[in-house]
Amino acid sequence: MINFLILISLIVVLITLSQIIRIFEISNKIKNSRESDITYKDNDRQGKLLLTFGFLFIASFFLMNAKWTKSLLPISASEHGHEIDLLMNISLGLIIIVFLILQPVLFYFSYKYRGVKNRKALFITHNNKAEIIWTIIPGIVLTVLIIYGLQTWSKVMDRSNIDDALVIEVYGRQFDWTARYAGEDNFLGNANVRFISDANILGVISNDSYKSQIFNINKKIDKLKNQISGEKNYIKKNQLSKRYEKMISKKLRFSTLKEKTPKDLLKAADDDIVVREIHLPVNKKIHMKFRAQDVIHSAYMPHFRVQMNCVPGMNTDFVFRPTLTTEEMRKEVKNEDFDYVLLCNKVCGGAHYNMQIKIIVESEEKFNQWISGQTKFALSYLN
Amino acid sequence: MSENHNHSENFFSKYIFSIDHKMIAKQFLITGMTMGIIAMVMSALFRLQLANPGEPNQILSFFLGDWAQGGVMDPNMYLALVTIHGTLMVFFLLTGGLSGTFANLLIPLQIGARDMASGFINALSYWFFFLSSIIMLSSLFVESGPASGGWTIYPPLSAVPQAMPGSGLGMTLWLISMTLFIVSSLLGGLNYIVTILNLRTKGMTMARMPLTMWAIFMTAILGVLSFPVLVSAVLLLVFDRSFGTSFYLSDIMIQGEVLANSGGSPVLFEHLFWFLGHPEVYIVLLPALGITSEVIATNSRKPIFGYRAMVGSIFAIGFLSFIVWAHHMFISGMSPFLGSVFTFTTLLIAIPSAVKAFNYLATLWKGNLQFTPAMLFSIGLVSTFITGGLTGLILGDSALDINVHDTYFVVGHFHIVMGLSATFGAFAGIYHWFPKMYGRMMNKTLGYIHFWLTIVCAYGVFFPMHYLGLAGLPRRYYSNTAFPMFDDLVNINSVVTFFAATAAIVQLIFLFNFIYSIFRGERAVMNPWKSNTLEWTTPVERIHGNWPGKIPQVYRWAYDYSKPGSEKDFIPQNIPLKSDESESL
Repeated sequence: MINFLILISLIVVLITLSQIIRIFEISNKIKNSRESDITYKDNDRQGKLLLTFGFLFIASFFLMNAKWTKSLLPISASEHGHEIDLLMNISLGLIIIVFLILQPVLFYFSYKYRGVKNRKALFITHNNKAEIIWTIIPGIVLTVLIIYGLQTWSKVMDRSNIDDALVIEVYGRQFDWTARYAGEDNFLGNANVRFISDANILGVISNDSYKSQIFNINKKIDKLKNQISGEKNYIKKNQLSKRYEKMISKKLRFSTLKEKTPKDLLKAADDDIVVREIHLPVNKKIHMKFRAQDVIHSAYMPHFRVQMNCVPGMNTDFVFRPTLTTEEMRKEVKNEDFDYVLLCNKVCGGAHYNMQIKIIVESEEKFNQWISGQTKFALSYLN
Repeated sequence: MSENHNHSENFFSKYIFSIDHKMIAKQFLITGMTMGIIAMVMSALFRLQLANPGEPNQILSFFLGDWAQGGVMDPNMYLALVTIHGTLMVFFLLTGGLSGTFANLLIPLQIGARDMASGFINALSYWFFFLSSIIMLSSLFVESGPASGGWTIYPPLSAVPQAMPGSGLGMTLWLISMTLFIVSSLLGGLNYIVTILNLRTKGMTMARMPLTMWAIFMTAILGVLSFPVLVSAVLLLVFDRSFGTSFYLSDIMIQGEVLANSGGSPVLFEHLFWFLGHPEVYIVLLPALGITSEVIATNSRKPIFGYRAMVGSIFAIGFLSFIVWAHHMFISGMSPFLGSVFTFTTLLIAIPSAVKAFNYLATLWKGNLQFTPAMLFSIGLVSTFITGGLTGLILGDSALDINVHDTYFVVGHFHIVMGLSATFGAFAGIYHWFPKMYGRMMNKTLGYIHFWLTIVCAYGVFFPMHYLGLAGLPRRYYSNTAFPMFDDLVNINSVVTFFAATAAIVQLIFLFNFIYSIFRGERAVMNPWKSNTLEWTTPVERIHGNWPGKIPQVYRWAYDYSKPGSEKDFIPQNIPLKSDESESL
């Protein structure tokens, strides 16, 4: 019924509109003018409207600034973030100045030179001097921006002094994050997607995880062997032996993966710590490494001005130094419940909008206390 | 191309399988507009979801059926809507629709040719476009949903069918549709280039061509050089999806299953995609800038300021657009050194863009502006081109991109500089050349109302998005309720949705005006805007071969408006120079 009413009212609106247009057309005919002709009255009215719009546009820009600036990200919680913010503020300031010059000029010109009777436009085809000036000035400004931007970029991307940095791996998959700390040796063990199991969600390669994988495969192989010897049906037997061969080659792959991994890297995995919450010691350099299991994710930590894609089959990383603890930031934003967060910023599927992991920045003592309470990777295979 | 235009036409040869460039232009226009309307409705739907996340809404269940059970949108459907909205808008409306319409309509008319170099290839180009549109739309009705990995379809999300529902059949259809679309675009582009180079009338030197022609010429070159790269990217993706190759895949476990692929890299796809993807931005934008140059000069009654600089900047933009693609990938994990190189080239593109903006302003300066609806939209384009171009300086800077990459800042930026500018250019073109297409005028008053409501709503939608982005809100989020840090942003989101819904409704005014004017609009005169270009020397009625007699000869450039020594304030290109008159350029 409601749909029907909507349809009826739509039709009525359409009929009314076309009738109104007819009336305009007929009245124009009487006045002996054409509706589509642009009259000086039109020019005057539209020119004034353009000026008004320009004014309101600029005014609403200031209004939005006044209302929404407080919702923007708070000050950076990382060292390099301040450099980025400074560059950002300078660039924003610059483009706002240009915006505030060019938009008013555009709307003012539109108003000022609206068509009037008996005026002829100025015939001017070009002016080399003016054009050179407005090519060179943006050129100079951009050169400055480029040089400054590249300096900041190379500082942020600097990897030359990271031996003492705390190594943490962040691992993305649909739709959650897992973190791995490198442990006492500050060295992450190798990982491969084929080693993933319930007990080893990151696929870390270590002596234990290898043994456990081989143990499971052997179990399956034994089972298949029994099945094959007991099976009388030729076709089924054939199928089973195919699966058996597959298992054997899988076992071989595991062995090569393990053999390819250097001995000390196998050991390095033992003291790794896998957790579901990221803790960072304040004022310590963090070397964060990223991996992904299934599709591209992006690890975005807006408060630290850090973002890096996590790509399956590839290692990416980012180096930064947190400077404000969670407590300090809570005071800064005047919100007792504030928490740092790492969120996914590359579309990865249905629950992409809720793929997050909490980050806690705390003093080094607290951090050490926390990490000593976590289970080492080798120990997770004991029970 | 015979000069005998008296052959009989039936309904099919006239309206359906026409090889007349003017009819093909209309076919592109109507198809493109249809795709645009569908994409716009989609955007209104996902904006409704964003303003009231999770709240039941009957409108959603009306449009989406089982994808919004009880009026609550499915997150996968949200991503599908975003993806198809982007695909339809970027490729089908603003590439196929915009270039297809105005290149086909204007090239023969403005350079003085009877038709395109190959009318048949031209028709073929449209039919590939039509076919790809149908396939793209049919993917909306697939049970597992249309492609939903974003319009950039990064693998592995797009490459592994089990990664998400939309990566199944929906993605396959997307790839088929895009391949056909590229065929269409290449056929069209080659035809445009050949026609412009070979079929110019006597006296129409390259240097006398209207700027629209230069813009379309450069657009066609960009398309012909960059679209094949997307075909290869798409083909490799099809191989990965169907034939077990590993171009983009390596070490993946998905839904508990380890894939056998190894050795590939998704970053390869990103490079291939953006090698098209960035020139594509200018494929969308340049025709709009060309249209605007023409409309602004005509309605300012003044020559376009700095014609040579305008042509030069079209070339500079075209060239630079090929060496900036990786600015979409600063944080993809590629080498930071590459990031530096691409920052440098990206920011350089601001120089020719600035020259264009300044030249538009200088053209308005001391003009005698006639505010036709087309002129208003062109002024709107200059405004959005400035606004959106400026934020590009932030995003092109690799260091700044780290924190705003893939946030709403990007969404605001590219919608203003590319989406709005190109749409405004398209509107300007439709209002300006409607008399040429349909022999009737569009209603001026409705045009004014349409412009004012559109520009207010357009800025209302996209300007606040910069604040969302600076607050760190990622794009393609089904809802922002999962993070306390985004709670404050709900009211900004409501503002955006209000304007988006209004903007969608406002377009009905345009649609009404368009359809009404086709049938009942005021009859057009030969040269309603007192313009100089050749298309206005053709008769109002559509005829094959464009000019009933000989093709006019060209004696001057297209911008002799208000030239001193002439009584009228315009001198069409086919008027010979007076004995004491010197050529203006």
